[in-house]
Amino acid sequence: MSYKKIAVVFLLYLFLPREAYAMHIMEGFLPVKWALFWTLASLPFLIYGVTSISEKLKDPQLKLLFGVTGAFAFVLSALKIPSVTGSSSHPTGVGLGAVLFGPAAMSVIGFIVLLFQALLLAHGGLTTLGANTFSMAVTGPFVAYGVFKVAKKAGLGNGVAIFLAASFGNLTTYLTTSLQLALAFPAETGGVLASAVKFLSIFALTQVPLAISEGLLTIVIFNILTKFSQNELRLLHLYTNTVKGE
Amino acid sequence: MRRYKNAFLLLIVVLLMTAPLFLLPDAEFEGADDLAGEAISEINPAYEPWLEPFWEPGSEEMERLLFAVQAVLGCAFIGYYIRVKKKDVLRPE
Repeated sequence: MSYKKIAVVFLLYLFLPREAYAMHIMEGFLPVKWALFWTLASLPFLIYGVTSISEKLKDPQLKLLFGVTGAFAFVLSALKIPSVTGSSSHPTGVGLGAVLFGPAAMSVIGFIVLLFQALLLAHGGLTTLGANTFSMAVTGPFVAYGVFKVAKKAGLGNGVAIFLAASFGNLTTYLTTSLQLALAFPAETGGVLASAVKFLSIFALTQVPLAISEGLLTIVIFNILTKFSQNELRLLHLYTNTVKGE
Repeated sequence: MRRYKNAFLLLIVVLLMTAPLFLLPDAEFEGADDLAGEAISEINPAYEPWLEPFWEPGSEEMERLLFAVQAVLGCAFIGYYIRVKKKDVLRPE
C-alpha cells in the first residue's frame, strides 16, 4: 500500500545524516517596527481564516479531512531537505489545504505550525512570527489557491494543477521572506533592491528542487485522498470522475 | 497504474532529496535561514538580534528528535485517517 511506503520513506529520511535547520526568519532578526508591521499585516488573514474554517467545518464529514491537511503541513514543514546549492531548506505543506479548504483556512494552520516551531523547536521566533506567518501562511496558500484556479481554468488535470499550486506556493513563500529581509535591511549602496538580490540568491535556487519535491508530495497525498475521500472531495467540489493518469 | 504512480512520484522525491548529498559531498548543507542571518550581519554589522529564543533544544540530536516527532505525529494522523476511510470503503453503508 502506498501509505506504508510513504511511512517507510519518511522514516528512512528522518535518519539520513544531515543538519537540521529551518528557513524562517530567526528570533530577533527583524527590527521592532517590521516585526509589528508584519504582525498587523497577518492579523486580518488569521481572523478571516478562523471564520472561514468554522464555515467550512459545518459539515462534520469534513473535519477529519481538515485534520489531514493540517497533519500534512505539520509533516512537510518538519522536513529539512538538502539542495543543489549545498545549503538546505524545507517545504511548507500549505498547498494541499489551500486547494481543499481555501487559503485563509491555511493561514490559521500555518500560524499554528509556526507557533509550534517557534516555541518548541526555537525555529523562527515570536518576534518574527508575524513576518513568517505572512510568507508561509498568507502568501504561500493564496498563491497556491490562485495557481490552482488558473490551472484548472486552463483545462489542466487535478494532478498537474496541484503540483503547480504547491510548488509555486513554496517558491513565493521564500520570495516573500527575501523581500521582508530586504525591506528591513536595505544595503548601504543599492538599498532594498541590492539586499533583495542578496537574500534571493540565498533562497531562490536552494528552493527550486524543494518546490518540486513539495509539488510531487502534494500529488501523492492528493492521489491517496481521491481514492479514500471521494465524498469529501465532492463536497469541496474537487472530485471529477475522470482522474487524470488513471 | 495508480498503484505505481505514487511509488514513482516518491522515487523522484527521494532522488531530488538525496542527489545533492552525492553531488556535493563536501557541502555543509547549512540552513538557508542561518545564511540569511549571516547576510544580515554583512549588510548591517551593527544589527543585534533584540530577542533570543528563551528556550532552545539542548543539542543538535535533541533538535533533530523534536523535528522527527513533529513529522511522525503528522504521519500518524494521516495513517489513522487512511485506516478509518479504508474501513468505510470496505464496508459501504
